Amino acid sequence: MAAQPVTLTVPANGKKITVPTGLFINNEFVPSVDSTETIQCINPATEEVICSIVAGSEKDIDIAVAAARKAFKTTWGKNVTGFERSRLLNKLADLIERDAQELAELEALNNGKPVKIARDFDIGDSVQCLRYYAGWADKILGQAIEVDNKTKFAFTRHDPIGVCGQIIPWNYPINMWSWKVAPALACGCTIVMKPSEITPLTALKLSELVVEAGFPPGVINTVPSLGSVGGAALSAHKDVDKVAFTGSTVTGRKIMESAAKSNLKKVSLELGGKSPQIIFESADLDQAANWVGLGILYNTGQDCTAGSRLFVQDTIYDKFMQLVVEKFKQLKIGDGFDEASGGGPVVSKMQYDKIFSYIEAGKQAGAKCILGGEKRPGKGYYVDPTIFVDVKPDMKIVRDEIFGPVLAVAKFSTEDEAIELANDTSYGLGAGLHSNDAGQCMRVSQALEAGTVWVNQYNLLNNNVPFGGKKQSGIGRELGSYALEEYTSVKAIHWNYGEKLDWPL
Amino acid sequence: MPETFVHKFDTPVFKGEVSVPLGLYIDGKWVDGADGTTIDVINPSNGKLITKIAEGTPKDLDNAVKVAQRAFDTVWGLHTPGNQRARLLNKLGDLMEQNAEILAALEALDNGKTFKWAMRADISHSIQCIRYYAGWADKIFGQVIETSEAKLTYTRHEPIGVVGQIIPWNFPLQMMAWKIGPALATGCTIILKPSEFTPLTALYMSKLIDEAGFPAGVFNLINGYGHTVGQAMADHMGIEKIAFTGSTLVGRKIMESAAKSNLKKVTLELGGKSPSIIMDDADLDEAIKWAAFGIYFNHGQCCCAGSRIFVHEKIYDEFLPRFTEHTKNLKVGDPFDPDCFQGPQISQQQYDRIMGYIDSGKSEGATVHYGGHRIGQEGYFISPTIFTDTKPNMKIVQEEIFGPVCVVIKFKDDDDIVAQANDSVYGLAAAVFSQNVTRALSTAHKLRAGTVWVNTANMLYPNVPFGGYKQSGIGRELGEYALANYTAVKAVQVNLHIKL
Repeated sequence: MAAQPVTLTVPANGKKITVPTGLFINNEFVPSVDSTETIQCINPATEEVICSIVAGSEKDIDIAVAAARKAFKTTWGKNVTGFERSRLLNKLADLIERDAQELAELEALNNGKPVKIARDFDIGDSVQCLRYYAGWADKILGQAIEVDNKTKFAFTRHDPIGVCGQIIPWNYPINMWSWKVAPALACGCTIVMKPSEITPLTALKLSELVVEAGFPPGVINTVPSLGSVGGAALSAHKDVDKVAFTGSTVTGRKIMESAAKSNLKKVSLELGGKSPQIIFESADLDQAANWVGLGILYNTGQDCTAGSRLFVQDTIYDKFMQLVVEKFKQLKIGDGFDEASGGGPVVSKMQYDKIFSYIEAGKQAGAKCILGGEKRPGKGYYVDPTIFVDVKPDMKIVRDEIFGPVLAVAKFSTEDEAIELANDTSYGLGAGLHSNDAGQCMRVSQALEAGTVWVNQYNLLNNNVPFGGKKQSGIGRELGSYALEEYTSVKAIHWNYGEKLDWPL
Repeated sequence: MPETFVHKFDTPVFKGEVSVPLGLYIDGKWVDGADGTTIDVINPSNGKLITKIAEGTPKDLDNAVKVAQRAFDTVWGLHTPGNQRARLLNKLGDLMEQNAEILAALEALDNGKTFKWAMRADISHSIQCIRYYAGWADKIFGQVIETSEAKLTYTRHEPIGVVGQIIPWNFPLQMMAWKIGPALATGCTIILKPSEFTPLTALYMSKLIDEAGFPAGVFNLINGYGHTVGQAMADHMGIEKIAFTGSTLVGRKIMESAAKSNLKKVTLELGGKSPSIIMDDADLDEAIKWAAFGIYFNHGQCCCAGSRIFVHEKIYDEFLPRFTEHTKNLKVGDPFDPDCFQGPQISQQQYDRIMGYIDSGKSEGATVHYGGHRIGQEGYFISPTIFTDTKPNMKIVQEEIFGPVCVVIKFKDDDDIVAQANDSVYGLAAAVFSQNVTRALSTAHKLRAGTVWVNTANMLYPNVPFGGYKQSGIGRELGEYALANYTAVKAVQVNLHIKL
């Protein structure tokens, strides 16, 4: 199809948003070189098609990689100062801030999440993320190392890795875009970004701002395509130096395999989770119940760190569960353009069907569903808050990542039991514990096998604190200064200025 | 007294009307000094009065310290998270950029440096510096240190508190940026005393800081004399840290006062008598240009000026005439003339001092190879000057002149030159010119100086540290290192289960 922009009308308020539909390569929106495939973007609240965009092919990925490589060698990489990279990233942040309302509405249309949450949280955090990494761009330091003052000087350079393939998911399209783009650009890398084929629209719209900010052509390229096409092509590409992926553990494995088989490109993975929240008897129960709600219902449970397993101390179980049910009932899941909505529909039919099959499995396995678990009539992929109690560790709803607003609850009596139950998973992304006993908070937070442990809180991240998974939840860290390591490659230089070599040995 | 000074610029390089507040800036307001007195601001290009600014007194300082402490305890320090401090500093950077030409014009009027160089160097570096430290504001982290599983041990890098900052007249805006950047980024509150000779850009900046949205009391500006306000700052029991850039003489007094009062933390950026060393295998064309830039930039009024030029005897006879020719071509005149490289020296006082050194050079038997005289009839213009045939113990070889005056000295071998270059109580900077990397680096590594340039001179960047060895100073500014000047380390040890 031609790569012409389309104008969408937002059903709720009649506003018009123009969205580019082509592949973004070398600062231009272009059609595919060899394919007429398109991707249809669906509005999950209405189940209707929003628009169609160009689907990138393997050849398109090739061209994008070549563009990124050229930019890396000429206008980016070591050819641009940290000060300039900082300036451009700050400019981009300013532009996103300027267009926040429009971007939020587009995000809500394509992903379903409430507009106000998209604007104030997803986009607000993304702007801050870009600004945070803008601040790092001129602070990528190596070491000067004392070896032998008379003869040798050794130092390290933290070079940009090069051309990075970045594959992002559909649950926080803009926010995941910023987590990937910001540190990569700050370090001097160039990017071929493959947004999720389910939610590619905001990535394309952001590409317009990339041009407006003044980034040279080829520094960021955006190629929406199917995971099995574009994602696979990037992972296998011989001229991509690094691939960063956020998505399912299943796909993450394939990417790592592909990286190993092709050119041993560097890999970082942010994968799934089945994160536990533990409520101890000394906790502020009302507050803890709020955090439990946030933990599994935020973004309608479509969060890699969703607190999907709840362990409650037996002494406070009945009281606490009463609170939890009450809180869950208060959250309204509805259209993202309705001001009253605290959560939207799940993103697609596929996800909707998957979640309900897990709900069925839970019922079949004998768990007790005390809230939700039923389909709504009418249009939209709406899943209501659902709670299963009396679960057993080997049930699918306890082991597998559901990625919806479905909570599995079990009791425990001792601290050690809670820790064991919490750690009994192949995942290790997040964990939460609620207690007013300081010693307990320390002991338990030390013992939990997760990349992020929240104490008396859940789900809230900060751009300057690292995030990532232990065990099968991932490899590497995003956010904080740690993300810089993912995009730099260390070169040690040994400079001899005084030693002569005797020969033969 | 009037609140603002309005100046109409009508020059070949800048035209426009500029309004500058004249009061002290305390607690978000511009106010007169407690005694109602003023300080004259003189235009060094013609010796005439530009305007009168409010004079601050120790009473005003007391008030400012209270206000700064209050701000630190309530709305600044760690009460404002790093990313918000970053936001405000970036806003200030944006405003400085929007007002770049105005700042450059004020600097040229007040200090005498050329508008062209003010834009190219001072203003652009200052903006970069503010933006650089904006980036650090949310990256001040401590360490988590393994002691044992029974304990959690970590450090916090906390802002020191109320800091006093005293800056000189040679790079008024740039010195202000070097000071306020890291202090604000780390969460400190500030009382800044600009030089009484060059208050205008600092006063203009107080407008921009106010406009950027920094809460009242976070940044305070008190114009005043060194021996009144400056001394009071060094003595003050409510100021936790003092940062000073200026002469070594005054630096000592500040450190003494700090010791006698409350042991406030001290950082000093003092004088220098930095060597430029031209080896016989230097790229002579380039070395000449850099060596000239090293001494004549900013009219020689740089703490790191390369004022002792050591030339290898093999190339001395080729170097000197070419260096002299290059020096002759430097145009001295009106700061607003786009063709000028050099304007007037800052004041009558400095003029007299420099001419005094020139006289001492003559009377001690050195040769005035070029220059050595005044230029023009008004203002404080001095010709770029070259002395030769010097002896190591001459005043012009040992003491900091702070003017466009260099001594050119012949040397014979590499070891000898290192000894000669290091023969100074100062140790701020040094430059080495050689195409042989082994020779350049081994010499560079032996020089006792805080900054060593190889095949370049006088280039500074906001992310590279700067400071002195020996009597050139204590501590480092710029780079990540400056953060340590404004933070205090607290180690926290949390016992989990060690029972006594």
